This record gives sequence, structure tokens and C-alpha cells, in this order.
Amino acid sequence: MRIRRIGIGLIAAGMAVLSAPIVAQAQDTPQPRTLRVAVTGTIASMNPFMAYHLGDTEIGRVMYAFLTSYSRDDFKPAPGLADKWQVSSDNLTWTYHIRSGAKWSDDQPITAKDVAWTFNKIMTDKTAATANGNFVANFDTVTAPDDNTVVIKTKKPQATMLALDVPIVPEHVWSKVTDIGKYDNLQYPVVGSGPFTLTNFTQGQSITLKANPDYYGDKPAYDQLQFRHYDNADAAVQGLKNGDVDVVSGLTPAQYTALQSTPNVTTVKARQGRQNDLLINYQAQTNDRQPVGDGNPVLKDPKVRQAIAQSVDIKTLVDKAYGGLAEPGSGFVPAVFEQWHWTPDAAQEQKFDLAAAGKLLDEAGYAKGADGVRTDKQGKPITLRLLVDSGIPAQTAAANFIKGWLNQVGLGVTLQALSSDALTDAGSTGKYDLQINAWTGNPDPDALLSIQTCGNLPDAQGNGNTENFMCDGQIDDLYKAQLSEMDQAKRVKDVKDLQARLYSLDSSVVFAYPNSLEAYRSDRWASFGLQPAQGGSITHQNGYYGYLLAKPIDSGSSGGGNTTLIVVIVVVVVVVLGGGAFLLSRRRKAGADERE
Amino acid sequence: MTSPAATPALAEPSTSASSGSARQRGGARYVLGKVGGAVVSLFVIVVLSFFLIRVVPGDPIRLLTRNSSLGPAQVAQLRHELGLDKSLPAQFVDYLVGLLHGDLGTSANFQQPVAQLILQRLGPTVLLVGAATVISVLLGLWQGTRAGWRRGSRFDRFSTGFALTLWSAPTFWLGMILLTVAGTWFPTQGISDPDTPPSFFPQVLDVAHHLVLPCLTLVAVLYAQYLLVMRSSLLEEMNADYLTTARAKGLRDDLVRGRHAVPNALLPTVTLIFIQLGFVVGGAVTVETVYSWPGLGLLLYQALADHDGALLQGLLLVLAGAVLVMNLIGDLLLHVIDPRVRAA
Repeated sequence: MRIRRIGIGLIAAGMAVLSAPIVAQAQDTPQPRTLRVAVTGTIASMNPFMAYHLGDTEIGRVMYAFLTSYSRDDFKPAPGLADKWQVSSDNLTWTYHIRSGAKWSDDQPITAKDVAWTFNKIMTDKTAATANGNFVANFDTVTAPDDNTVVIKTKKPQATMLALDVPIVPEHVWSKVTDIGKYDNLQYPVVGSGPFTLTNFTQGQSITLKANPDYYGDKPAYDQLQFRHYDNADAAVQGLKNGDVDVVSGLTPAQYTALQSTPNVTTVKARQGRQNDLLINYQAQTNDRQPVGDGNPVLKDPKVRQAIAQSVDIKTLVDKAYGGLAEPGSGFVPAVFEQWHWTPDAAQEQKFDLAAAGKLLDEAGYAKGADGVRTDKQGKPITLRLLVDSGIPAQTAAANFIKGWLNQVGLGVTLQALSSDALTDAGSTGKYDLQINAWTGNPDPDALLSIQTCGNLPDAQGNGNTENFMCDGQIDDLYKAQLSEMDQAKRVKDVKDLQARLYSLDSSVVFAYPNSLEAYRSDRWASFGLQPAQGGSITHQNGYYGYLLAKPIDSGSSGGGNTTLIVVIVVVVVVVLGGGAFLLSRRRKAGADERE
Repeated sequence: MTSPAATPALAEPSTSASSGSARQRGGARYVLGKVGGAVVSLFVIVVLSFFLIRVVPGDPIRLLTRNSSLGPAQVAQLRHELGLDKSLPAQFVDYLVGLLHGDLGTSANFQQPVAQLILQRLGPTVLLVGAATVISVLLGLWQGTRAGWRRGSRFDRFSTGFALTLWSAPTFWLGMILLTVAGTWFPTQGISDPDTPPSFFPQVLDVAHHLVLPCLTLVAVLYAQYLLVMRSSLLEEMNADYLTTARAKGLRDDLVRGRHAVPNALLPTVTLIFIQLGFVVGGAVTVETVYSWPGLGLLLYQALADHDGALLQGLLLVLAGAVLVMNLIGDLLLHVIDPRVRAA
């Protein structure tokens, strides 16, 4: 029995020794000052040619500089790798001047040749076009006559040439890559040109980037930026409370409210380029104009759609369904993009008015039946399916309000709360009458507007990118006009006219621009570079200012101080094990002289 | 009670040498039968998993590219690269040919080879579920033995009741409660801290530190079944004649239990342990999701959420394969430790 006790003692001593190195190391080397950000979505690829997940592109933005960027104040085009640019009189040739003295993180100079190589790769290699092919679709040639000049010739005039969200990669690294689709781009440190350099990516766990001393712009006031993966938003909130992470984004209103009273945590209610709308399915079709889906035919009547639009009380939705954490919706382009955003004037506005909506339906010949539900022209009661994502509380609440109002005007509604998969599937095959949808826009409105054009209708296989199967001659004309309009004021007018036309068709009712809800550790971080500068967000920017301009608080440690805790745990484990073994050995000893 | 081990000897009145070789032949037939059955099952799983996944509505490419900046041309290109533009039979042939070459395909969501993804996630899962299984087996067997031996005692009522309560608690909820209560002392995410020094001991301690909460949650929901099986099979042995004999020899209660009752009561438990070991690889989907533990369970959850066909197929193959192999080992082991199986 003595041997057993000696054994226990040895194990205890061993465990104490095990905990020693980490203590020593933690005290000797100063911890790098790290900004830790919780991420919840999938981050799949660090290869900028293949990366199209939202999380991937956000990492790409801090790793690689783009040709131009978006200003922090108001999203206007700002210098990136190019510090000057000009367009020819025929609007077909763009000449960019690449800034001198900029370097890759491996000290090689960044030249116009890198830019030309990147664009040419996307134009010639189908696989390399996976993520960013749509940016170069209208390019004719891209050349670099000298180290500081890039010349892009387009087939047709293109107004979005200062909104090319394409990471520029180093030719001297990427020209050696043979199969671009299979290249993981994880040769640390990954050669880049952004404010941070990738030093580690562990799939599903964490991403670590170090400040890049060669970056041409502002230098971060701390050493490294780290993204930590959470699969569960509640666990991420707990991580913020514990200090495992410094920034959490994508909070639900409930989490946001709970965090407002948490010490050392500051909440951020940010404007963002996102809109929520109610889709009305009246023209589901493929790109060869074959109808698809099973939308209720009664919706083809513009009066019915107008009555539905007039039955949505936007103010109540923002106040009640979103708890005030949203801006009231109007035009298709979110309000945060002030330059492009459109609001209807008093004459155009379809005001919330249930009586007027009812009257409109009466006049259109949809009389109420005995049970108060209106009947269609064939005498059948009108029942509309309203689909909503069951995982987004604010949207399901909004759907319930809308159902109530529609019932009041005599339209039957079946509410179906679905998983986001089932919703996407029903949405893309046209199997819905009404649906709550969400879309995120960019500082340049082109991409957001393009989903309302005939060109993005799905083919028979379902390849497409349409919001509500919109295909309208007037919208298509305005879309083409804005894309080739180099005069900023005229382009703004086209974009606003397009939104006005869309509004008048009642294809969808934009009812909210939800706020982005974030929180950070205010005992460690003093401020962040919000975009837009007034009321903007830290994460998911059209830029990298949130991380780049983060200011740490000097006195606080940057966390990672779990050493004492580990020692305490080890001691507790040893005491428990040792005590248990001791008791056991005593009991055994008591009866040890009994033999069979 | 007569020993069942005596039956084959009585039934086979031949010389000991020939009886030995006959037993070997029987053994070989038993092993071959079991292995053959496992191989057939695996093939059925390959076929079923391929077609079942495709029966589920939802286009993976549409789901992946929803609300992204990709235009129709890029979406079509993505579909082409993943081979999803081919007909169903052609895709099946591609899949089978790939399998024969050891290629499980490419995950649409992660844009990585499926085999590589599964290998990356295998270690963390085996560590978490393995550790939890070992602890639950030890805890369950110990408590089950004591509870069964003193049926109706305060210990029995308390430990059985407590285990059943934990067993019926939703894992997700239990995990979140633990995370909230004990999260101050333990990490809330992942298997290791990226800032831990890369040398061996700090890494081991760091992983152990991360392991505590997920492991505790799993043990809480797992150990009740071992306790219950052990308890009930011990109860069956309680009134056996051989225990009376052992007591009559003057043996202390501990020895009667430890040397006579428990070994017999262990047999059903061994079967259960090996069935459960097969599911070790399947991970614990909910626990891994709560603690963002980078294991196969989490991967399965993500693959299901994104309709990631190739990844799902690969995972189902590996998970089902693990259950089959563990069952096979369990069957073979039972053949060794339980004479009644040899006789059958």
C-alpha cells in the first residue's frame, strides 16, 4: 500500500512540474497585444480567387490591398494601391497610377504588373474567376505599360471602376501556382499588402494575423489580430463576458439588451448596408420567361399588391418587431448609403392605411365572404402563404404583425416559419406567395440593383441571382444607364429613378434596415475605426478601419492570463485524486488480511 | 446453476485434438461471417448515403451562393467544378470511382478535400468522446455495481435518480448552463488557445483545460446508461447459487461482489461499451456545437446545414464504418470472453 501512495505522490509531483513551464513562459515573454474577434459564420478559404463567403472576404480585406478603397466617412471611393486615376473621353479606358514605394510583406515592390497579372488571371482562368469574375466581365484588356501605370480598357462604359472589390495578389508568388482551385494560400507568413499578414489559419478554430510593418497606410496600434470561431452565438457572448474575445458581432436584440448592463462591455448599435423586405411573388420565371413556382395568381393584380403594401405599418415594425434597433425602410438601397438611397415623396408614398387598402380591394372586386375573408374572381377565399426564416426573431415577429394587418383587410394568411435552407429553396423556385427576405448591399449600388434585372433570372438549373424574379423593361433601361453613366449626379438620378420604379411595382415592400449589433470589451479597447464614421460598425465593413484603427487601453493586459487558474486546477485535481486514493488504500488495508 | 461452459464439451464426444480443430474451424467461420456482414453493410451504406442525400430537397449551390456577389456565370462555374451539373447516375459513377481511389470528393462549403477535413477533425473528436466514454464507463460501472449490490439503499436511490435526471436533460441546455456557470474558469471556445506556446507541456495543459467542460457535459449525459445496465445485470446475478456458495466459504462481501458477481454481470455491459465506442467517432454533435469543439460532430452539423453532399457522404461512410468496426470487435471479443457465444 505504501507503493500505491508513493505512486500517487509521484503523479502529483509530475503534474506540478507539468504546470511549471507554462508559468515560466507566461511570465518571461511579454504577450503580444492582440485584438480578439469572435466569428460565427463559416470561414472556408484564404485563397482570394476562391473566397466568396462573407467571413472569407472580410479576412481578404485586411490581407490584401485593393486598387481603390471606400472612405471611412461616407463610403466614397478613396485611394488604395492606386492613388490617382482618370478615364478617357470615350469612357472606355481607365488609367490608374499605382503609388510608389509600396511593398509586399516580403519586401518586394508592389507594381502595376501585379495588378495587371491579377486581373488577367481572373479574365483567362475560369477557376480563378470563381469569386470575383463578375467584376471583370466587361473588361477588354488590362495592361501595365510601366511599374506605376495600369490601363484597363472596357468593352462598354462602366461606372463601377472605382468599386472593384478584387484583392490584388503578388505575381511573384501566384504565378508559380499551377492549380489555382486547389491552392490553399497557407504558406506562412502569407505574402500580402494589407494592414495585416496571415500567420495562422486553423480551420474551424482561429485565424491569426500580425500587423504588417510594410503596409503603406496607417499602422495598427497593437501587434496581432485574431479571429476566434464560435459555432454558437450565446457561447460567443459568454466568451466576451469572460474576456476570451474582445469583440462580438451579429448579436440578437435580446443579447444586445442583456450586454448593455454588463460591466466592462460597451455595446454598439451600428447602421449597416442591409435591408429586410416583404417579397410579393407575382412573376416567378426563368431567364427564358417560363413561369415557375406556385404563387397565388391573385397577386398578379397590381391593386392587390398595392393593398398589401398599404397594410404594412413600417413604424410599428421598427418599434415593436425590431425593438427600435432598425431604421424604417423605404427605397431598395439601404439608408446608410446616403448618396444612393431613395425615399418616396408624399405623392408617391404608399402610406399605411388599412381602410384605404380595404377600399382598394373592394373596388378591384374582391368582396369579403361571410367569414370576413375576401374571395378571388373564381369565388375561392384568398389565402396567402407568408414564409419567414424561423431563426431570425425580429423577422418572425415582423411576419406576425404583417399577418395581423393583412387579416384585418380580409386577406387570409398562413404563416410558415422555415429553416433558412427551406426558405432559400422555396424562394429560388418561386414556391411562395409572400416572403420575408434580407439582402446586403455594397457602397456602389450596382450589385444590389443587378438582382432586379432580367439578366439575373435563373436558368433551368437554378443558376441565377435574382431577388424576386424581377424583369421589367424600364428597370433594365435605368440599370444599363446608371452603369455607363460617368457623371456622378446623373448616375445618382438613374439609381433613384430605378428605386422609384421598383417601389411603384410593389414587387417587394422594404420595411426595415436592421442595425448591426456589436459589443466590445471597453476595459481593454478605447475606440475602433467605425465605418461610416458616424454611427457605423466595427466588423463587416467595406473596409478594414474597424480593426486597423482600434486603440488599446494601455494599462490593461491583453488577456491570456489563465496561468494561475491552470495551476489552481492542477492543484485541485491532485488533491482530489490523492485524497481519494488515500481513502481507498486505507479501506483496502483494513481488510487486507482476509483471504479467500 | 450449471456452468454453460460445460455444454459444448458434452455435446461433442470426440477426442480432444479433433474437437480443438473443429472449434478453430467454427471460430474461423464465425469471424468470416461477421467480417463479410460488415463489408456488405458498408457497401449498402455507400449506396444509400449517396441517394438519400440527393432525395433531400435543397440545391447546395443555391444555398451557398445565396445573397453573395456571384453572378449567374460564377454560380454555373461553381456547379461545374463540383461536378453537380452532371446527371445523377454520372455523379454516382464519379463518386464510386473516386472512392476506389481513396478520394472522397471536395466539400462545396469548405472548398477542401473531404478526406483532409475529416482527418483534421478526427483527432479532437476521438480525444473528447474517447475521454468522456472512458470516464463514463468507469463512473457508470462503479456506481452501477454499488447501486445494484445495495438495491433500495440511499446510495442506490440517489445515484440512480441523479444519473437519470442528467440523462434526460437536453445536452444543449446542459452545456449552455455549464458554460454560463463555470465559463469564468474555463475557455468558451475550441480545443486550444492560439497564443499558447508551441512546446509540448503548455499545449497538453491547454488542451486539457479546454477539454474539461465539454467532457464533463458528455459524461453527465452518457454515464447513466452504463450505470443502469450494470445495475440491472448485477441484480439478475444477485440471487444466484454461486454467490451463496461464495458467502458460505466465508468471503467478505466486497470479494463476493468483486470476484464473483461483477465478472458475470459485465457481459451485457461489454456489448454496450463497444456499440457506444463505435459512436465515439460520430462525436457529440450538440456538445461540439455548444463548445465550438472542432470535431466530426460539428462538421456533420455544418455539412447538414449547408447540404454539403460530398462532405455528408464522406462523414456517413466514416461514421458508419466506425460503428461497424467497433461492433465487429465487440462480437469477436464476446466470442473470446463468453463461452456461450462460442457454443452457439
